[in-house]
Amino acid sequence: MAAHPEKYPAKTDCVRFMLDGHVIEASDVPATRTLLQYLREDLGRTGTKEGCAEGDCGACTVVVGELVGEPGTNAVGGTEGGIEGRIEYRAVNSCIRFMPTLHGREVISVESLQPARGGGTGNGDDELHPVQRAMLECHASQCGFCTPGFVMSLFAFYLGGQDANREAIVDALAGNLCRCTGYRPIIDAGCRMHSYPEPARWSRADAQSPARHAALQALRGAPDTNSQRAPGFFAPTSLNELASLYQARPDALLLAGGTDIGLWVTKHLRDLPALIYVGDVAELKYVREVVYEGGGMLKIGAAVSLTDACAAIVGRYPMLAELANRFASPPIRNSGTLCGNIANGSPIGDAMPILIALGASVLLQRGNTTRTLALENLYLGYQKKALQPGEFIVAVRIPLPLAAEARTQRVASYKISKRFDQDISAVCSGYAMEISNGVIVSARIAYGGMAAIPQRAKHTEAALTGQPWSEATISAAVPALAADFQPLSDMRASSAYRLQVAGALLKRFYFEYNPVATGQASRVNGIEIDRIEIDHVASAGA
Amino acid sequence: MNDNADPISFTTNHTTSVVGTPLRHDSAHLHVSGRAIYADDMRLPAGSLHAALGMSTIAHGRIKSMDLSAVRAAPGVVCVITAVDIPGHNSYGPILDDDPIFPEALVQFAGQPIFAVAATSTEAARRAARLARVEYEALPAILDIREALAQQSFVIPTQTLCRGDPRAALQGAAHRLQGSLTIGGQDHFYLEGQIAIAIPQEDGAMLVHSSTQHPTEVQHKVGEALGRHVHDVVVQCRRMGGGFGGKESQPALFACVAAILAAKTGHTVKLRTDRDADMIMTGKRHDFVSDYEVGFDERGRITALCVMLASRCGYSADLSGPVNDRTMFHVDNAYYLEHVEIVSHRCKTHTVSNTAFRGFGGPQGMMVIENIMDDIARTLGVDPLDVRKANYYGTSDRNVTPYLQPVEDNILDDITDQLERTSDYRARRSSIAAFNAASPIVKRGLALTPVKFGISFNATLYNQAGALVHIYTDGSVLVNHGGTEMGQGLFTKVAQVVAEELGLPLQRVRVSATDTSKVPNTSATAASSGSDLNGKAAQAAAITLRDRLVAFACAQYKLSATQVRFAADRVLLGEETRDFTQLVREAYAARISLSAAGYYRTPKIHYDRVSLTGRPFFYFSYGVAAAEVAVDTLTGETRLLRVDILHDVGTSLNPVLDIGQIEGGFLQGMGWLTSEELWWNPRGELKTHAPSTYKIPTARDWPAIANVHLVEGMPNREDTIYRSKAVGEPPLMLGISVFQAIRDAVASCGAGPLPSLPPLPAPATPEAVLLTLNRLAAGRAALVEVAS
Repeated sequence: MAAHPEKYPAKTDCVRFMLDGHVIEASDVPATRTLLQYLREDLGRTGTKEGCAEGDCGACTVVVGELVGEPGTNAVGGTEGGIEGRIEYRAVNSCIRFMPTLHGREVISVESLQPARGGGTGNGDDELHPVQRAMLECHASQCGFCTPGFVMSLFAFYLGGQDANREAIVDALAGNLCRCTGYRPIIDAGCRMHSYPEPARWSRADAQSPARHAALQALRGAPDTNSQRAPGFFAPTSLNELASLYQARPDALLLAGGTDIGLWVTKHLRDLPALIYVGDVAELKYVREVVYEGGGMLKIGAAVSLTDACAAIVGRYPMLAELANRFASPPIRNSGTLCGNIANGSPIGDAMPILIALGASVLLQRGNTTRTLALENLYLGYQKKALQPGEFIVAVRIPLPLAAEARTQRVASYKISKRFDQDISAVCSGYAMEISNGVIVSARIAYGGMAAIPQRAKHTEAALTGQPWSEATISAAVPALAADFQPLSDMRASSAYRLQVAGALLKRFYFEYNPVATGQASRVNGIEIDRIEIDHVASAGA
Repeated sequence: MNDNADPISFTTNHTTSVVGTPLRHDSAHLHVSGRAIYADDMRLPAGSLHAALGMSTIAHGRIKSMDLSAVRAAPGVVCVITAVDIPGHNSYGPILDDDPIFPEALVQFAGQPIFAVAATSTEAARRAARLARVEYEALPAILDIREALAQQSFVIPTQTLCRGDPRAALQGAAHRLQGSLTIGGQDHFYLEGQIAIAIPQEDGAMLVHSSTQHPTEVQHKVGEALGRHVHDVVVQCRRMGGGFGGKESQPALFACVAAILAAKTGHTVKLRTDRDADMIMTGKRHDFVSDYEVGFDERGRITALCVMLASRCGYSADLSGPVNDRTMFHVDNAYYLEHVEIVSHRCKTHTVSNTAFRGFGGPQGMMVIENIMDDIARTLGVDPLDVRKANYYGTSDRNVTPYLQPVEDNILDDITDQLERTSDYRARRSSIAAFNAASPIVKRGLALTPVKFGISFNATLYNQAGALVHIYTDGSVLVNHGGTEMGQGLFTKVAQVVAEELGLPLQRVRVSATDTSKVPNTSATAASSGSDLNGKAAQAAAITLRDRLVAFACAQYKLSATQVRFAADRVLLGEETRDFTQLVREAYAARISLSAAGYYRTPKIHYDRVSLTGRPFFYFSYGVAAAEVAVDTLTGETRLLRVDILHDVGTSLNPVLDIGQIEGGFLQGMGWLTSEELWWNPRGELKTHAPSTYKIPTARDWPAIANVHLVEGMPNREDTIYRSKAVGEPPLMLGISVFQAIRDAVASCGAGPLPSLPPLPAPATPEAVLLTLNRLAAGRAALVEVAS
């Protein structure tokens, strides 16, 4: 389809989505109006709160349902036409979610969990959803302002049906801040919520009811679904349409999860150019493993959420589980995309260091022309990328782990921040080394937070390559980091700390693969806690 | 609602049926369903306007010109105001008049509000506010405490508290140490930002919905700003989405601006700040530097102490006077200081004016002495807990504070012994030592620290409260009091008190929004005093009503007063019982007033502001915490592994609400001392002004092992409401245990006893920890043992 402005008349159509069993037709919605604004100001549903307007506090958390995949599969979507899968419910930050991106989806806000009531005053505890009941009975609210957001994060978890143990609940709540309770009762509520009887509304079965499927199917399939839902908002549904649209309007802004672009609006009050939304291009919603002689790669399309992308990567590289878990927060990972993180190309983005270390590349397209570019070559300077006007990322290609037995591949990515969960890195590192007969035959190292772009540490790599895989080699290579990087000082860390900790992480990489003789912990976070506790019990008993 | 309560039965005077039970927060069902109404959730009248503030872009300077024509011309803008548009008094300072609503010429911090816009939408107002063209004549800015000290730049005069002869005692001490410490500030990060809605009423009156801990002060400041009397202004607040001290003096600014715009336009005006503006333009916990010299004996007992405290007050006094007084009064924490000098400088800097924050200066004072305890222990090579115990206040001697108040309710030994046992402190101490000996990278640390916190407003006059209780003829009860609900459960506790006095189940009692037209001249809900003051005032009102009903019943049924009792929703009349409602109807028919005001003032307290002595505190609250951490010595990252807490609330009014305050306070204190870092750039701009850059704890930071308990069987010695104790602030300081545990882990990296553990700056971010480890490794210790 050729893309000319005339093809997209200024006439505003509407955004259609499901809410409490009804189709909401939102007309004349500005392209950048947020779901939070719409819920609170247009619908008067004030249960959802604004705490920060940047997707960091979680007071605005709602759940968005979307039809995905084939029946009975857990694969990410990507089927064309005749979608008949399950509805995936995920917690998202409504404060930075633009209204037109909800087209064809279902929105669940805290008010949705109980039957509608016209200004009633009864307590109606019996009508509370198990999540709400658990929160209430665990005394998990104090000021109550964050509470609806916690309820909705737990609700998404509830529908997901995973085992509600402490660690899983803590993971699920990483995107919600509470300043009153100390979190203990909220964690308790999460662990307890499955112990209540299934509710009539919003049980797991109800969430996948044929009626809900049919309603979403109807929204998707409606003949009047068009690609312009709001002035200046384009939502192509095919890759070709996207490519031609963007080629014709290279000044437009590509929008995926909007977890950064949302802030340009809510924080910087910027007027955005026309938006081209990639989230409805079915051809970009795939995770595919491509195996060929001598290797293979994981291909992740541009519309795949960070949640799904991380799951796919961790499936191949289990040692990246912690990084995936610490990448932003669940609601941000549910909205944001891996390719969006790459295209944004922030010097402190968490995906790039390890992807560069692994030798990932991006598949680019402009019009009908495609090319592949090594990820490390995408970044030219601060916010400068090697992209042509109208060119965009179609997918990222990540080499699969080495299968060759002669060489051992060692991979890790570490992140340093003031807070373990949901923080922006002071330093983030990615390492991929190959060891053969005790010698480092290949070393690829990249850092974020150390320069204006995510960047390889080539001097350090050179100091390691060909050397024995030993503590002495690592120590000798650390000073080379100073040749690679001259980091800046800011509110996250000083230059000196960044440089020192960059070296410390390289040492950690060695120690983790070579447990110190005593077998003791090499870091304070993650799985090591259990080891410490077990050790403590053992020592105390001795 | 009280489905968790014990079955209600007829009770004696000494047992309670509603008070003391683990009843849930009165709004819990509204919180979880999104039906609790906060100011921003209120439906506004047609034609309402939305406001935004314009901020200065430099830290210190004179406004040469302010061109607001583009602001006025922006779409949707209805009204723009600056200092000259304020009809009354241009000040919202709580004590001194040094906080202008808008400066006339002199700006004193980057982000200071200098004008306001009202427009048809929030977005329109905020966009317009960015269009101002302001020219400044920049002046030199003082941006940190050391610089202010060097320039003798103070907002109010330095205070000194001295007892004994500390200089001479230092000379004679067996050991002496000098040290210094930097303690960071803290943003409140209440989830609900500052907000005010001003609704013009007839004849010049103004109704203001404000998210405030201090409705009376907002009422006064709005009245003054409008040039009206106090009776022209009504301020209401049903609930706040968190306060923590940040909504004590700060909300007046936003309420005044909204009211001035409302008065000028005749329309309702809502001023809701976004998170960044809120964090930039509202005060925070004071950051401090402290230099100290301590003398002590072979057991580690302090024989002399000289402490210099200097705090960043920001550009104005705000509440910095009483905040710093409280810092001075908590340098002792749990310890007897025979010869002591405390010098307190209140530094003026060109940064936002710092304000109240849970603990109100007390936590910073305690941090200093707790650091000293650890320094002493490391110098002597003994367990820090033993040094702490050796210095604890006595019960019969060594029991007078530096400000000359005897400590009469000391339970430190009891609760410390108990926690030492239940936390398995000694065994863990040795297992940690064994772990550390075998673990070159990860080190663990343990610390058990006490809290003794003085309860009452330092300024005696604030220790008073009022309440208003109505009984309606259907037997329902409506309570209003001067306290505000910010999540702490005050409304629940006060309702429990009234229900208890009238023998009613809690469902009968409703607490309505705090309202300056119902209960006047109230104090801030601050200083942990909420339930102490308002509980007593409401109790007084309830007793008045009960006494009237008793008198009526005695006359009506020819009974003596002892034959009339209220319990379980009924009234015992001699041998018979009656429904409460029935008796109320009979009393109404007999023209008995069913409405009463209650009043309370705290007894015994007095305080001389000149000599800094007296009995400022009615009583003390106590607590102890033992924290165990792990530190990554490669990166400086830390993690809390376990905490054990034993905290004193006297006889609890409501154990679940009290546990909630303790757990929440502890984690907030830990956040202050670990991950929450305020960072200004060299231009004096705060760059940590949103949750993306300012990191409060998350769920993962609550430790996997946490044993939190109330002290049992120790009612308040003083006649407080049902012998309970205040709980709002004290638990925050339990978080100091985490900081000292980190120091303990860091210290384990040195060899043997450490005469010179480098100071660990607070907050102990990974960077701060690594810096300290670097210094330790380099042997560049900042602590110097002074030869005696």
